[in-house]
Amino acid sequence: MKQAAKDKCISLTLMAVAMSGISGLALITGFIFREGLPIMMKVGLGKFLLSSNWYPQEGEFGIFPMIVGSVAVTVGAMLIGGTLGLGCAIVLAQFCPPRLVSLLKPGIELLAGIPSVVYGFIGVVILVPFIRDYIGGPGLSVLAASVVLGVMVLPTVTSISFDALRAVPRTYREGSIALGATEWQTTRMVMLKAAKSGIVTAIILGMGRAIGETMAVIMVAGNTLDLPRSVLDPVRTLTSNIALEMGYAAGDHRKALFATGVTLFVIIMVLNTIALAVSRRRPGRVGQA
Amino acid sequence: MMRTVLILFLCCAMALAVVSLLWGGRARERTVNVIGSTSIQPFAEMLSEEYHRTWPDRKVEIQGGGSTAGLQACAEGIAEIGMCSRALKAKEAELFHGITIALDGLAVVVHPSNGVGAMSRGQIRRIFSGQTTNWKDVGGADRPIRLITREEGSGTREAFVKLVMAAKDNGADRVVRISRKALTQESNGAVKELVKHDPCAIGYMSLGLVGGELKMLAVDGVAPSPKEVAAGRYPLMRPFLFVVKGQPSGQSQDFIDFVLSASGQLILEKEGLVRAP
Repeated sequence: MKQAAKDKCISLTLMAVAMSGISGLALITGFIFREGLPIMMKVGLGKFLLSSNWYPQEGEFGIFPMIVGSVAVTVGAMLIGGTLGLGCAIVLAQFCPPRLVSLLKPGIELLAGIPSVVYGFIGVVILVPFIRDYIGGPGLSVLAASVVLGVMVLPTVTSISFDALRAVPRTYREGSIALGATEWQTTRMVMLKAAKSGIVTAIILGMGRAIGETMAVIMVAGNTLDLPRSVLDPVRTLTSNIALEMGYAAGDHRKALFATGVTLFVIIMVLNTIALAVSRRRPGRVGQA
Repeated sequence: MMRTVLILFLCCAMALAVVSLLWGGRARERTVNVIGSTSIQPFAEMLSEEYHRTWPDRKVEIQGGGSTAGLQACAEGIAEIGMCSRALKAKEAELFHGITIALDGLAVVVHPSNGVGAMSRGQIRRIFSGQTTNWKDVGGADRPIRLITREEGSGTREAFVKLVMAAKDNGADRVVRISRKALTQESNGAVKELVKHDPCAIGYMSLGLVGGELKMLAVDGVAPSPKEVAAGRYPLMRPFLFVVKGQPSGQSQDFIDFVLSASGQLILEKEGLVRAP
């Protein structure tokens, strides 16, 4: 009896702790939407999302260039980080001796521990002048942001894809090799197909990381309000818009920044939902992929 | 078992409360919080160091954030003193009391290799509004002009808009928008860093923070220098304000007095600012 009461007490306490985490999420969501939605309605949802005029002092709030900026930077980051990350994962899972893996994998994961200001700083000091001097444009650009973010999403993409590849049953690989397929054929036709859902999840989580990154992007993207016309043009992303102007904003301007947050929140929620839906399909079953 | 845990927990909570009370109380007694403009921040830090050296038991904490953020912090009581690098707007002047601690010029800066040395305010306005896009149109080399501006709400930006971008149009005041193509940086330091390395760039920043690595343009025929600002000849001039709400506390008044004293003003003058009139 006493034991049962104690159990109950502990489980209730743990439940309360877990709930406090969830309620934090609920509170933040509620607050962002309460602050941001009214101004979106006031300006008009279409105008807010599709107008290119952001002049907060004059009451004009259009975030279209920033949505384009966020998307451009994220796509660029995934082209660089996604490809490299997936490549890394394949090499680590398929072609590397175990001892080297135990050295390389923690190394790549260490990248995740470097603060984003440091990435931004390296970007400003090395990458931006390089692009300005050798490729063209102001240096602060979609390209610079994509490269910096690409390196930042590398650990996410690599370690999740690696785990997905490792989760493929040994028998698949052995069967394929036994049938006379080469290592590369096995990787391409069996392993990647079997681990597809895990890899898609890795890419989407990487995208979430890229689109939400702020500090490094502010430092290297240039933050203009104009629509970019090439990868060498500077852009402002949704996150940098919030961070740049948050300190000063009051009244409608402040609410419009919350509305920018709402937009970002919705984008990230959609990405995470897709990731969740994809990863629910059991990895390692070829038939379902 | 449960009781011991509970008692332990309560003890911890109480200890924490007592410690935070003592600590907070002591901090409140000794520290004056000054928050605001990133243009004034480096100067205020120098002043606070000197102040602390002279009276080791008195401490002033300086934080950046921007002019408008400083005013907000001051209104909410987070800061005793706000720093503001532009004149107060009519609405703000009702709420706050501004004390001019120094005058600062706004320097228009370009890369040292740039051949252009002087411009009128009209030319600068046309450049920043995006009408003039090549250096050759203002007498320089055939290179595109790359604009660098500050973020919305920065005191430096607002002073620049008021002094340069406001034009008389048929007798009515009209503010021309800064071009959307302008790169936006969030501090004087970041603007300086960009202009220093980019031969096409033009930006604006606090005269006191320019240093020796950038070229400053003469505006309307007057080269920017503390002397010209003091004489009122250089057209891009703005006040640096300490802002208080109501009657300042003894501690804050003491720091303000120090800043306005001969030794405080001397520090500011040495760093390139102009004494408060």
